[in-house]
Amino acid sequence: MSAAAANSVFKALADPTRRAIFERLTRDGELTVHALTARAGVSQPAVSKHLTVLKRARLVSDRRAGREMHYSAQPKSLAPLVDWMAFYGVFWRDRFSRLEDVLERMEP
Amino acid sequence: MNEHGSEGSSERRSVVVEKEFAHPPDKVWRALTEGDLIAQWLMENDFRLEVGRRFQLRSQPVPGWDGVIDCVVLVAEPYERLSYSWGTMGMENRVAWTLTPTAGGTLLRMEQSGFREDQEANYKGAMYGWRKFIGQLERVVEEIR
Repeated sequence: MSAAAANSVFKALADPTRRAIFERLTRDGELTVHALTARAGVSQPAVSKHLTVLKRARLVSDRRAGREMHYSAQPKSLAPLVDWMAFYGVFWRDRFSRLEDVLERMEP
Repeated sequence: MNEHGSEGSSERRSVVVEKEFAHPPDKVWRALTEGDLIAQWLMENDFRLEVGRRFQLRSQPVPGWDGVIDCVVLVAEPYERLSYSWGTMGMENRVAWTLTPTAGGTLLRMEQSGFREDQEANYKGAMYGWRKFIGQLERVVEEIR
């Protein structure tokens, strides 16, 4: 990820309303602007504007179906920001302890 | 259990976990290379012990992640060394297992390498939405049991 791209991700998520929209899409899957507006607490044009910023940061993608655009989260765009080494440290420690259980249960 | 590499110097680009098991290397090897056993401690899979063989590790999908890790067997030296590529979320890592016989059983070492600088959290501690996303991954990990 380039510094510019990272910057646009940060800028996009620095705004609490955009963060809420992104988290909602991550949680609920694909949604229309209408569905998003119903709970965002801001007007539909404002939601659309936020979606444009999220799209530019590649955090959200859109798809036209009928008359409405459907938006979904692209959490992959966050991957470069994640502390993967720390994540996998925890992951493998957990797996090692499960492996030990499996070894205990196995035939000698 | 020893763990290195996931903290400290930014020079390090791999995660290492080591542990001694009170079981002989041939038994540990089986747990690492037999699909139904792998499924019990790692993930559902279509693993086959054959260099060049492609396989997938599968966990429950979450929005934005299909739960799939694409792998290729790179090294298979029975009872001693096993390694495969580990591709997911647009990242390509390598996982290498080393088995060393000890007086009491087997020292097992796992090294996951190939973390590029830009894949690490240079922006660590960010207060943004990805925490939630990581929370989901961890929950998935919990649910695989």
